[in-house]
Amino acid sequence: MMGFAKRHADPLIPLIGCVLLIGFGALFFPKFLTATYLLQQVQIAAFLGVIATGAMVVILLGQIDLSIPWTLGGAAIISTAMAASGHTALEVLAIPAGLGFGLLVGVINGVGVAVFRIPAMVWTLSVNAMLLGLAVINTGGFNPKGEASGLMIAVATKTTLGIPNAALLWLAYGAGVLWLFRRTTFGRALFAIGNSEKASFLSGVNTTRVIFAAFALAGFSSALGGLLLAGYANQAYQSMGDPYLLPAIAAVVIGGTSILGGRGSYAGTVAGTLFVTLLTSVLSVFQIDPAWRQILFGAIIVAMLLTQRRRIM
Amino acid sequence: MLRDYLKNNRREVLAIAFFLLAFVAYLSTHPRGVSTYVLTIWANQATVLALVAMAQFFAVVVRGLDLSVGAVMALSNTLASHVVTGSGGEVAGGSILVLAVATGCGLINGAIIVYGRIQPIVATLATGSVFTGIALLLRPTPGGDIDATLADAMTYDVAGVPTALILLGGILLAIHIPFRRTGLGVAMYAIGSNEAGAVQSGVRVDATRLTAYAAAGLFAGLAGSFVGYVTFSGDANIGPSYTLNSLAAVVLGGVLLRGGAGTLLGAVVGAFILRTISALMFFSGLPPLAQPFFEGLILAIAIALGGADVFRLRNKLEVLER
Repeated sequence: MMGFAKRHADPLIPLIGCVLLIGFGALFFPKFLTATYLLQQVQIAAFLGVIATGAMVVILLGQIDLSIPWTLGGAAIISTAMAASGHTALEVLAIPAGLGFGLLVGVINGVGVAVFRIPAMVWTLSVNAMLLGLAVINTGGFNPKGEASGLMIAVATKTTLGIPNAALLWLAYGAGVLWLFRRTTFGRALFAIGNSEKASFLSGVNTTRVIFAAFALAGFSSALGGLLLAGYANQAYQSMGDPYLLPAIAAVVIGGTSILGGRGSYAGTVAGTLFVTLLTSVLSVFQIDPAWRQILFGAIIVAMLLTQRRRIM
Repeated sequence: MLRDYLKNNRREVLAIAFFLLAFVAYLSTHPRGVSTYVLTIWANQATVLALVAMAQFFAVVVRGLDLSVGAVMALSNTLASHVVTGSGGEVAGGSILVLAVATGCGLINGAIIVYGRIQPIVATLATGSVFTGIALLLRPTPGGDIDATLADAMTYDVAGVPTALILLGGILLAIHIPFRRTGLGVAMYAIGSNEAGAVQSGVRVDATRLTAYAAAGLFAGLAGSFVGYVTFSGDANIGPSYTLNSLAAVVLGGVLLRGGAGTLLGAVVGAFILRTISALMFFSGLPPLAQPFFEGLILAIAIALGGADVFRLRNKLEVLER
């Protein structure tokens, strides 16, 4: 039993947190224990879950992607604009174009980090600033026009056999990433570079290529999250990505992934995502004042991190 | 002598040259020409960012990071809008209280990082959320009041020289120059460049790191107070853009994010560069909607140029050490 707990400590702590949150909520609102509420939470968690997946891939390298907000927003703007354009060809290409945009941003991030060796934190930040600028030029500072395509809406809001499609997509996406981590050289290299880029390079890993691929995957994930959110809201909107940057990083880190790279489990990220989503939900269901919501959110994250304090500095 | 200085401070010197270039371009394109008025407005904006950049410098130099500087700024700014008003004594006491609270925030960050052993980036992200929440409690909507006599004294000019610049110059003289000669300064650089080595050399790592984060809090508090002097009010939402710009500023000023290198002067120059670029944009004649993009583009180019000397390294292993 102790061995089990030790091996699965990463997802265990946030999962215990989830149970506590649901139990606490159920004391006041019985609806917390209904399948409807829980499935709805999983559906909402799926959006963050996809985005956090990308954040995790980059964090495993010991890097970070701060361009999530406008990669997400940009992809949503492009896709919704194309989906509502009225041309069949553009409508068909709406989703691939949005996802391709995410890949492209990821590659640009990769150039700065892998080739110019600029700290990811500042490079992805300035990429985010440029994307914001492009969005402002494109939309004139107003809410972007356009609307989500039928497929985007179906994936983000409909259910199959009672299970939200968004959750199924998250499950499939997560399974794919887990396969990448466990069964491919790319996955091995990701963890190896996070531990020591130098040693990985000397062992014959093409570190530049791995960094490129990781940032591309992160950009793709942000874009996918953007399309899901656009489908959920039936439109793209200004700064739609801003509320997702910090929760995504928090979900990854609460899930036990080291921000220094090299160690972490995908199950932890999933559990962290569920925890952050539930926490947000509980704080809003209790109609707590936004100021107190921020204070509690921060304090609870610190408390969670302190329980994970086995980490080395 | 000069040659040694240039060689040892190449990054700062490059940053200063870049700043001077941008600044001359700004002054020469300003429609109202060079005047104390124009200089003072520029100096007030630049000083706020310079103070946050200094805050970030202290965290970065010990191989850390403070993503709560903007939140501490917002907290001290909203607190100031309550307490920095009234009689002379009240204004003085209020100003000290604001700085003490800000330093306390920095100490909390430091304690969580040092004793809780949580990585600075995530620890300060979380505490930043708490500080912003408290700022929102203090000022749900922008408002309040700041003593006008004090505010005017800080934001006008003395004999044509903006007070803000005199203040910054004073801080730099008092800290930047002796910094490397004091035990504390040397200890901070030592922790940043080689923590194990610092421990073995008898550096009090925990106390030094705590001091660094407390200093970050103090300077964020100064920045928040200064925003109050400029706007005469408190606003809980000023934080996020300053946090991000403070990072960009220290990097532009040649401070290495991996710690142990760079100077306070560099951080200030980096902040000046950023502010001058945005000011340049404002009068550049570019369509207003295109300005945010070009601001981001110039920032990216400046940072990429700073990283470009990676291509001079022939040994791939040296490249990986960056």
